[in-house]
This record gives sequence, C-alpha cells and structure tokens, in this order.
Amino acid sequence: MMDNHTHNSVVNVSDLHFSYPDGHAALHGVSLKLCAGDKVALVGPNGAGKSTLMLHLNGILDGDGGIEIGGMRLTRDNLPVIRAMVGLVFQNPDDQLFSPTVFEDVAFGPLHMGLPEEEVIARVDSALEAVRMSTYRDRLSHHLSVGEKKRIAIATVLSMNPKILILDEPSAGLDPRARRTLINLLRELPITMLVSTHDMRLVEELFPRTVVMDDGRIVRDGPTQDILEDERFLNEHGLEKP
Amino acid sequence: MHSDLFDRYHHGHSRLHHLDPRVKVIVTLAFILSNALLPDGAWIAFALAWLFVIFATLMSGLGIGFTFKRSFIAFPFALAAITVLFSIPGQPVTSFRFLMWDLTITDAGLLRFVSIVIRSWLSVQMAILLVAATEFPKIIHALTHLRVPIIITVIISFLYRYLFVLTDEVMRMLRARQARSGAAPGVRSGGSVAWRARIAGHMAGQLFLRSYERSDRVYNAMLARGYKGELMTIHPHRYQKSDLVIGGLSILVLFMMQIAGRF
Amino acid sequence: MHYAPAPLHIPDGFLNFIVSLICWAITVAVLSMAISRTNKSLGEKQVPLMGIMAAFIFAAQMINFPVAGGTSGHLLGGALAAIVLGPWAAMLVMTAVIAVQALLFQDGGLLVMGANILNMGLLTSAIGYGLYRGVLGNSRSVKLTVAGVSAWLSVMAGALGTALQLWLSGTSSLQTVVLAMLGVHAVIGIGEALITVAALSFIFQTRPDLLDEKSISAKSGRGWVVVGVVISLAVVLLSPFASANPDGLERVATDMGFINAGQSAPFQIISDYNIPFLGATPLSTILAGVTGVLVVLGLVIVAGKSLQQKSQIENRQS
Repeated sequence: MMDNHTHNSVVNVSDLHFSYPDGHAALHGVSLKLCAGDKVALVGPNGAGKSTLMLHLNGILDGDGGIEIGGMRLTRDNLPVIRAMVGLVFQNPDDQLFSPTVFEDVAFGPLHMGLPEEEVIARVDSALEAVRMSTYRDRLSHHLSVGEKKRIAIATVLSMNPKILILDEPSAGLDPRARRTLINLLRELPITMLVSTHDMRLVEELFPRTVVMDDGRIVRDGPTQDILEDERFLNEHGLEKP
Repeated sequence: MHSDLFDRYHHGHSRLHHLDPRVKVIVTLAFILSNALLPDGAWIAFALAWLFVIFATLMSGLGIGFTFKRSFIAFPFALAAITVLFSIPGQPVTSFRFLMWDLTITDAGLLRFVSIVIRSWLSVQMAILLVAATEFPKIIHALTHLRVPIIITVIISFLYRYLFVLTDEVMRMLRARQARSGAAPGVRSGGSVAWRARIAGHMAGQLFLRSYERSDRVYNAMLARGYKGELMTIHPHRYQKSDLVIGGLSILVLFMMQIAGRF
Repeated sequence: MHYAPAPLHIPDGFLNFIVSLICWAITVAVLSMAISRTNKSLGEKQVPLMGIMAAFIFAAQMINFPVAGGTSGHLLGGALAAIVLGPWAAMLVMTAVIAVQALLFQDGGLLVMGANILNMGLLTSAIGYGLYRGVLGNSRSVKLTVAGVSAWLSVMAGALGTALQLWLSGTSSLQTVVLAMLGVHAVIGIGEALITVAALSFIFQTRPDLLDEKSISAKSGRGWVVVGVVISLAVVLLSPFASANPDGLERVATDMGFINAGQSAPFQIISDYNIPFLGATPLSTILAGVTGVLVVLGLVIVAGKSLQQKSQIENRQS
C-alpha cells in the first residue's frame, strides 16, 4: 500500500510551518498526501490556512517543511517545473485572467514554459475543448460573465498539462446554472484535484475525501461521507451539514 | 452595461474588419502624416483625403455617416487656433471690435485656420475608423509587430484589461459618495472645495491601494503560470497578399494627394 | 458616464510636422532610458504593477469634483504616479494612459502623441518625483506640501509645453495661448494638488511602507531633484516672460525660422508682406534651441545644487 502511494504520489507535504511577515502564524505543522486520481475537498472556516497551504504548493509562499510535487522536491531551482505541474486557480477570476483576450490568457502558461508557437496554439485549443469553451477563443476577457471566467480560468492552467488542479472557492459567486455547469465540468475532468470550498453540497457531490483545516492545522482527513455525518465535529470547526 | 462605454469596436465582417491590423495602423498613421504635410489651402488634396475617408468608411460596412457623426470631438480644441485668424499678416477680410481689441481677420489667417480645422477633422475620422473596425487587442498586437517596445504594449494590455474592472470600482465609489451626499433643508450643502477635494483624494487613494493589492494578486497568478520576469507574447497574425495590395495602394493614393497638394 | 476630452490633449492637425518630430525625438529618447532603468528599480513585479497602475490613473481621472460654475477639476496623475512608482516607471505608465486615450477615445492625436507624452507624461513625472525627492528627509507635512506644489507645477509645465508647441507650429499666437493655457490650468492645477495631497496622505495612513524613504530613494537618484527644479524654474521664469513679452520671443523664433517653417500657400494671396528668413536652416535652428536649453540648464543647476545642499544639511541636523 505504501509503495503504491509513493509511486504515484502527486502531493506530499511534511510538517509544514509558516508565519506571515507580520508575525501571524498561519500553518502549524501540516502534513498531507495526495495520489494520482484523488479528488479531495479542503474545508474549514476562514483563516484556517487553506489558501496559505495552497500557495505553498506552487512555491509562492516559502515555509518550513518538506514539499514534494510528483515525487520532486520543491526547491527554488525547480520552481518553474513545479509550477507547470501545479495548476493553481485563484478565487477571483479577474486576478487569474489578466490578458485582453481568452486566447492570450490560456496561452500564457505554455508560452512561458518555452514551448514553440504551434504547440502553444494546440494546447490552447485542447484546454478550451476540455472546459467546453472552444468558441470563446477570440473573446475579450472583460466581456465574460463570472461563470464563464471561472471556466476559462481553469483552462488557463489546464493548458500547462498539470498533474494536479488546485481550486480556491470555484463555486463562489456563481448562479445555480453556472454552478451546475462548473460541477459537471469538475466531475468530467480526469485529473487529480484539491478544491478549497465552503460549498458543502459541492463537497458531498464531487469529492470522496475531505481534509478539514482549522487554525493552521489539519484536524481531520478522511472519507467525506463519515465527516459529513459527524455534526458535532462539523459545528466545532465552523462548518455546516449540507 | 458599463463596458460598452469604453468599447469603440463595432463588430462586423467587412473587408476592412478583416484587413491585417498592421496594415490598418500603418495606413492610418500615414494618412495623418500626409494631412500634416499638406500645405494650407490645398483644397484639392483635402477633398481627395475626404474621399479617402469616405471610401474607407464604406469599406467598413458601418454606414457612410459613421465617422462623420463622431468627427466633431476635437472641435472645442479649434479654439486654440482661433488667434491665427487675426495674427497672420495678409489682406483683411473683415474687421470687428471684441471687448477692448480691434480685430481684423485676414485672408491668410482664414486660410490657415480653415486648413488646420480640416486637417484635424480628417485625421480624427481615420482614427475613429481604425478603432471601430479593429478590435483593440489586435491594435496592440499590431503595435508590437511594428516594434513598439514590448513593455509599453504589455502595460497597455493590462490597462485595457483592467480598465473596466477599475472604472466599475470608481463608479461604485462615486455612487456611494452620491448616496451619502444628502442636503438638509435650508442648509447649503456640499462642503468647501477643499473638503470635496479631500474626499476625491481619499477615493483616489483607496482606489490606488486596491489597485496595488490587486497587482500583487495578479503577479502571483502570473508566477503560478510560469512567469519568470521575462515578457513573452504571442500574436499569430498571418497577413494575406491582398492586405499588402490594399496597403500599398493606399500609400500610393496618399502620395498622389501630396502631389496634388503642391500644384 | 460621459468621457470628456481634457484641454491638454492636443489633437492631430494642430502641431506642424517639425514640432511633432522634435517632440517625438525627445520622447523616444527619454522613454528608452525609462525602459532600461525601470528594469532595475521595480524588479519582477513591475509589469503587473505598472499595468494596473496605468488602469488606476485612467480610472482615477474619472474621479472629479465640482469646482465652480459647472466646471470640475480632475486628476492628471503624473506627479502622483511618479512619487509612488518612481519617475521612470511613471513615465511608462503615463505613456500607456495617453496612448490608450488617443487610440480609443481620440483624446489627443496619434501623430502628435510625442508632444502629448512629453507634456503630460514626462514633464509631470520629472517635476513630481524631482521635487518630492528633494525633501525626503523632512516631516510628513513638508513632504505633502511639496507634493502639492509639485503637482500644481506639473500641470503648469504641461500647459506651458502645450502652449509653446502650439505657438511654434503657427497654430496660436504666443501671448493668447500662454495666457489661456496657464490661466485655465492654474485653476485645474489646484485640483491636481489637492487630490494628490489627499491621496498621498491616505496612503501615508494606510500603507506608509509604500512611501517610506528607502523605497522612494531606491527608485532613482538625487539627480532628479536637479531635473525637477530645472523644469519648475523654467516654467516659472518662462511663463510670465512669454505672456507679458511675447514680441521678444516671437522675434527670436521668427529669426530662427520656427514660425512659418510650415507650408506656404500654393497660390499667392499674400501680396505685400514679406516674412524675413534669416539663415534659417533646420540645423541652425536645432543648434540654437540646444544652446538655449544648455544656458538655462547651467543657470539653474546652480540654484538646484544649493537647494540640494540645504536639504543635505537639514538631513544631518535632524
């Protein structure tokens, strides 16, 4: 069992500690393992450290502890490679989509990986295809609705062919229809996923495994079904049953 | 509903719309340059230039009056040139008294004034057509192809992308300010100019900080997608031969205008 | 919401070709330096920062406030941008703003953009940063006062530049255009000063780290103080001279061949009057201009140096 795990380990965080420059301690020894194909929800109250943890996984934040992505240890030198493997999608799509057109935004990742022009174009097309938005190729980013932007945002990291998709609050701010479209998309994508969310119905529907964080620590990591039934535990950590 | 205010692009499928953006930018600049080089009173050349504008407008499929309707935007600036009516020596056309001055409009002055206004009026129409028939990101690409330094075109790209986001924020702030700008009956409201300026300044300061913090988040998003400090852009534009033909013909016409203007 | 063109944006057709060209030459030279210098001062974050700051300046120009009788003041932003971002980055940012205003809104022409960038982007940044940089060691109220003054001066400099370019192109008569431009912008400049000071004080209260001495002096050297002072003095000295004594300047310019260096009418309608061209070749014109600038520069560097020494002494004392 252990061997299997190490071979297709996608994320391996060991005892991660981190404090912000202003002194605020955000992570107190976080350890987490994800294997290929895992679909994991990350839940917890605001300030629990979810975003902080995610920002460590592609090296934007630099804490104390071991981080391995796809079996490769995260160091300053191999940051570019790591970042191509970790597809991090931020909560606010206006931060994620910073180019004038959809095409340029989705092309940004593969372009900065140094790929040749034809390859970049091919990747853009396949990423847009994967999120079912091929017709949006030449659209102007500021014309899109929130739901459309969120799906394009996913495409902007898919074009790098990452090993894992990490999403921060993907369903926040979406109307029911856009939310349903997003859920269907996430269900279909055959890629390892770590999704931070407050949307417990989303967790119940899509993610067999849930990691609960509170106050900079992981307080529970196990099957979603079990966790969602433990109402007292949920309330203790600022969560509600869906 | 807000973004339309800043979108000068009018969608279409005309030949002008599909013309390579580099050609369009070059021809527009050449046209404006040609106007600047035409001497005062070169009526035939001015008329040819106007025909050029009309022809281009027709080619855009946006309606023959499209640029005409929008061309008066620079007219207030014509005031700057008014003094030229009186200051260039020549045969007097008419005299009148204005406040404490005796003013005489001369023929040379009139010629000069009208020429300035016409040049400006023609040039602005071409500029209007350029952005009406070309999506702005394509214009940015054309600028990059034409060797404008990448850092400037990238800043322009960001400006364009976040213009709408930020002006939304400004409008929200202005609406909030309006909502709080009540008046009690019988009391003169509004505060002093200095106070109003302070509020405006605070709004600017707040907008600045939000923008600064947003730029941090955008920077993180760029890092997450592999940005290492070096700017890379991709603009797959393939021009067709007919684009070059149209461009070449246009330059030729401009040359003819120059010749017409000097004889 | 109505987007209204502002008085400093010169449209195409109002400047003659030579004046446009000279302004472009100056602008291109300065911007080239700006591009190579910004690399060093802002680091990797510069691109998204400058980009979004450009959008900020654009959006901030929409924040207006009623001044009197239907007119309203609004921000130009060059001085503020220069104080916060440093002079070189501010110049690039203002260039982007001016370019988009010209392209998208025809607020300012395309061929004359070099002049518009010079007036609204380069002069404003130089004054805004230069003067502020000179008082770094002082108290916050001194800094804010100088920032306000520099904001006002930056608008006046832009106005003066515009007026001179219009005059040299033969579009306007010197006295009228200088008085009109400076008069209007003396009022607009007050708005610029007030908003700049208020914005800066807001930033001082909420994110003082962005304005601390280390980050500002890191952006560029003290040489900027000289530049800022030189331009400010040029504005202060030239303005009354140009508005009160236009004939003197006009005669010089006619002798140099600047005025009427444009086109002559294709057919003779000017019968008796002759305009003397005294040895006016483009080369001699340019040489004369450069000499004039050097003389002014020399006279004022002395003034600038003494101001610098004064603030250095104060620094040591505090």
